[in-house]
Amino acid sequence: MAILEVCGLKKSFGKTAVLKGINFTLEKGEVLVILGSSGGGKTTLLRCLNFLEIPEEGVIKVGGKVIFDAGNSAVLSESEIRKNRLNFGLVFQSFNLFPQYNVLKNVTLAPSLLKKGTDQEITQNAKQLLSKVGLSNKEESYPCELSGGQQQRVAIARALALNPAILCFDEPTSALDPELTGEVLKVIKSLKNSDMTMIIVTHEIEFAKNIADKIIFVDNGVILEEGDATVIDAPKNERLKNFLASFS
Amino acid sequence: MSDFFEQFPTVFSALNVGFLQTLKLFAVTLLGAIPLGLIVSFGSMSRFKILSGATRTVVWIIRGSPLMIQLMIIYYFPGLILHNPIWGSGEDGRFLAAAIAFIINYACYFSEIYRGGVQSVPRGQNEAGLVLGLSKRQIFFKVTLLQMIKRIVPPMSNEIITLVKDTSLSRIIALQELIWAGESFMKGSRGLSGLIWPLFFTGIYYLAFSALLTALFNYTEKKLSYFKI
Repeated sequence: MAILEVCGLKKSFGKTAVLKGINFTLEKGEVLVILGSSGGGKTTLLRCLNFLEIPEEGVIKVGGKVIFDAGNSAVLSESEIRKNRLNFGLVFQSFNLFPQYNVLKNVTLAPSLLKKGTDQEITQNAKQLLSKVGLSNKEESYPCELSGGQQQRVAIARALALNPAILCFDEPTSALDPELTGEVLKVIKSLKNSDMTMIIVTHEIEFAKNIADKIIFVDNGVILEEGDATVIDAPKNERLKNFLASFS
Repeated sequence: MSDFFEQFPTVFSALNVGFLQTLKLFAVTLLGAIPLGLIVSFGSMSRFKILSGATRTVVWIIRGSPLMIQLMIIYYFPGLILHNPIWGSGEDGRFLAAAIAFIINYACYFSEIYRGGVQSVPRGQNEAGLVLGLSKRQIFFKVTLLQMIKRIVPPMSNEIITLVKDTSLSRIIALQELIWAGESFMKGSRGLSGLIWPLFFTGIYYLAFSALLTALFNYTEKKLSYFKI
């Protein structure tokens, strides 16, 4: 059974329709890469999955359970949304670490506020996650003392600390210098090896080809092409061909 | 010179009494304006257009006109125009009128500083809190509040130091504060007359007091300098 099913998702801002009916499914442990040019709706799609935007139409199911149904207002209360969005983690393009807390506290803040265990368990888990992203020696540092790549790795650890079923990345390397991109991509790759289910919006085509089990190409609010990583080498859709050509 | 040493104790004790009144006005203004400013800032950030429009108009009028005129209007208007002298004729009435004028005036300035502080926290901080499952309350108290405080400390220190010196405007309604105390020796007070130096001497009080506050604010800024926003 698919871990994630998205059916007929629609979202508009004012008169501009940004998502015009998005359907896809994702199996547990799979990595989905969303490609598409800027303004095509990729980020809005991720934001809808994390309830930063509320879609006007559509259904979202996680593990077979309906967590969002635009036609059923019972799942739209704030407390329901707060609970259901924890199925997803989100790593932002601009990291959005909490500047007043050190690295360790950035990772432990949400689990301890949400009482996800004893202080000791939470700290233990955070330390393990930080070592997983290669930042064990930075626990006491503040975000302003870290490079962009390091900050993004902390952000990944912070998202993992809540143990989401699906981890989303919104252009995780777009705000980074090219030489810092590698360290973040390496961490994402290691997550794939530990069977994390992920949805990644990226413009790193080579990386996408490497990591994706599934690729969807979103343009103008609809999915124009969908398939495994081979669609990058043999695109059928004209728009996708042009899009990929712009990278080479 | 021997005159000076004879006069000094008399002048010094009179200035201290005046300074106490200045200090009282300063403290009462802060106690009133810091929370009132918060309410005003919520008003000006309200989604209800009428409320935010009205609040911003009031803030514009208060910030756009001299505090001295506001003091005179609040003190004289009830008695001279409405023929209902609510403030009475004593020092207590003058203090109350001055305190109200100062609190309203400073609340408007503070509200704009708060508004700047709230709006300067990037939207991403709020969103990061949301996707981590935090409630709006948790996000405000655990994520954004300290960032806002860090942003508003420098402009607030500026305003508060200005307030130290603005208290002297209450001289215009004859509140017996520091300037009034110094000036009284020019016109004859406690057997001394025609003395100008006590008035200049009041400047030292203002200087010393603002030096103390500056040190306090520098300390606060330093305490918050461990992180950058």
